[in-house]
Amino acid sequence: MMKQEHLLDINDLKVSFFTPAGEVKAVNGVTYTMDYGEVLGIVGESGSGKSVSAYTLTGLVDRPGRIVGGSVNFNGHQIEKLPEKEFRKIRGKEVSLIFQDPMTSLNPVFTIGNQLEEMLRLHTSKNRAQRRQRAIELLNLVGVNEPEKRLKQYPHEFSGGMRQRVMIAMALACEPKLLIADEPTTALDVTIQAQIMELMVDLKKKIGMSVMLITHDLGVVSDVCDRIAVMYAGKIVEIGTTDEIFYEPKHCYTNGLLRSIPKINETTHERLIPIEGTPVDLLNPPAGCPFAPRCESCMKICLRQMPEFIQHSETHKSACWLNQKALLEKQEGANGDE
Amino acid sequence: MSDKLLEIQNLKQYFPVKTGTFSKGYVQAVDDVSFFINRGETLGLVGESGCGKTTTGRTILRLYEPTDGKIIYDGVDVTHVDFKPYRRKMQIVFQDPYASLDARMTVGDIVGEAIDIHNLASSKAERKEKILALLNRVGLNSEHANRYPHEFSGGQRQRIGIARALAVNPEFIVCDEPISALDVSIQAQVINMFEDLQQELGLTYLFIAHDLAVVKHISNRIGVMYLGKLVELTDSKTLYSNPLHPYTKSLLSAIPVPDPKSSREKQRIVLEGDIPSPLHPPTGCRFRTRCPYAVPECAEAVPEMKEYEPGHFAACHRIQEI
Repeated sequence: MMKQEHLLDINDLKVSFFTPAGEVKAVNGVTYTMDYGEVLGIVGESGSGKSVSAYTLTGLVDRPGRIVGGSVNFNGHQIEKLPEKEFRKIRGKEVSLIFQDPMTSLNPVFTIGNQLEEMLRLHTSKNRAQRRQRAIELLNLVGVNEPEKRLKQYPHEFSGGMRQRVMIAMALACEPKLLIADEPTTALDVTIQAQIMELMVDLKKKIGMSVMLITHDLGVVSDVCDRIAVMYAGKIVEIGTTDEIFYEPKHCYTNGLLRSIPKINETTHERLIPIEGTPVDLLNPPAGCPFAPRCESCMKICLRQMPEFIQHSETHKSACWLNQKALLEKQEGANGDE
Repeated sequence: MSDKLLEIQNLKQYFPVKTGTFSKGYVQAVDDVSFFINRGETLGLVGESGCGKTTTGRTILRLYEPTDGKIIYDGVDVTHVDFKPYRRKMQIVFQDPYASLDARMTVGDIVGEAIDIHNLASSKAERKEKILALLNRVGLNSEHANRYPHEFSGGQRQRIGIARALAVNPEFIVCDEPISALDVSIQAQVINMFEDLQQELGLTYLFIAHDLAVVKHISNRIGVMYLGKLVELTDSKTLYSNPLHPYTKSLLSAIPVPDPKSSREKQRIVLEGDIPSPLHPPTGCRFRTRCPYAVPECAEAVPEMKEYEPGHFAACHRIQEI
């Protein structure tokens, strides 16, 4: 096998859901890569396709959903062609998933120990005693006290934060290359959220895995991510390092999003600048840029044609006609000087 | 000019629960909370889930009968009186715009129901006119009146909920997490609308939310609750610049700020452990089990709310020392 440059290489991925009302293009041409040991944040509102694009990696997109185009290369596997049987071998072992709601993603009728050890039974050749030992190690790792006792307990005996820790322990059981965290702290309180985020960053350093953090909370991504991809209506509209996204946003949507959230450290009362309108209807997406109908600097071309990506720096690119226009003017200016 | 519109004194709300076959316990959802709200002001109430902020809001509207304490509205003790006349003055906007609208009623009827109950319209034409005016006020069209809630997005549904609250021309509205179910890009629209309505109609708000940044943005003063107790109360700027209670401090430091540079520099106080059960709250100060500054004294006496600076109240034994 050839040595991979990237851990994950997604190229023009398209995932659609075929509903009675028509084809919903949940992910519509998404391209990005992830490197080893990197934390990538995927930001977007509900329905922007951020979760679906990640679920593709774990083979969790089910009927009526289907991958309709593009390729996903993860750690040497061509994901889009992988049959379910092969998926079972890598799911949990090379890529794991933490869901938003720790209340419903654990099975209430099995003990925590049973659920933790199931992972090890499926993916490793450890015997029963070794598995128990490893389960105890894992609970210790995620900061659950008295792991021997806790292993015999059922999910309802754990609080929300503790359940999320158990979920993380399960996800880490086989030391995956990639951990996908889908809104891991949305259901938790702020002080518990801080605990969990701190834990994830710590573990990332210890184990050296890559983390994909899917969230709508710009605060959370700014804290922990190396790079951020902003999604809108099934497309990535801007991708760059955390500083680039927060301090030099190039896309109107990113800009609007950043302006519309109240800042805790503002000293004077400034009126918020909302993004007008409502999120797009994915059944009938607009022809051009999906954000155009809500964009305050919308031009005629925005409604007709989807803009190409423009590279702002080695790591930073965005798809917005305004930037194309600026680039053209710059080039014309340079030509005029000659 | 301070003109108290609403004052609550030592409000308590205990819910009975079965703890065993023969034993009964009480969840002390709100325990001995006092504050007042001036006319035209917004008081924010923040805290984590289970701290009693929603219960406080609902008890003020007598959606729950208070266990103990007083609710004084506009100088009148309304704790035990017939509340119907006051429902015209005090309204609520609920958290979940999906669950709080009757799916089988048209939007016109949802908004018009209160008009009917309180006989605010003398004729059908007047009723319709009122409903349309309300819908316009919250940014919806007149054609929306004949539609059903499922035809609307979350943000629009919340607007319907607001129009319903405004139908009786209230003076005071409890906003119970009105934006936490909405998408980020929609939240700002609704926050701005609350501010506009307040200016135009002179409304007074009790704004309940767990998102401190939003509460700080919209409120004049903020109360912080922990496990049924009010632990700190001050104006919103002071709360951010000079928090006194250790819980407020940790809450502020736990909030992820959407600003990578400042979050890299920030020293975070991460609280250990979980919130204790309100069925068996800790003795003395309820925060002591997670408090980094707790001393044995904290387990003995319940800290009183004291005024440390003008208008800045906090309940902690050790504020002078920390």
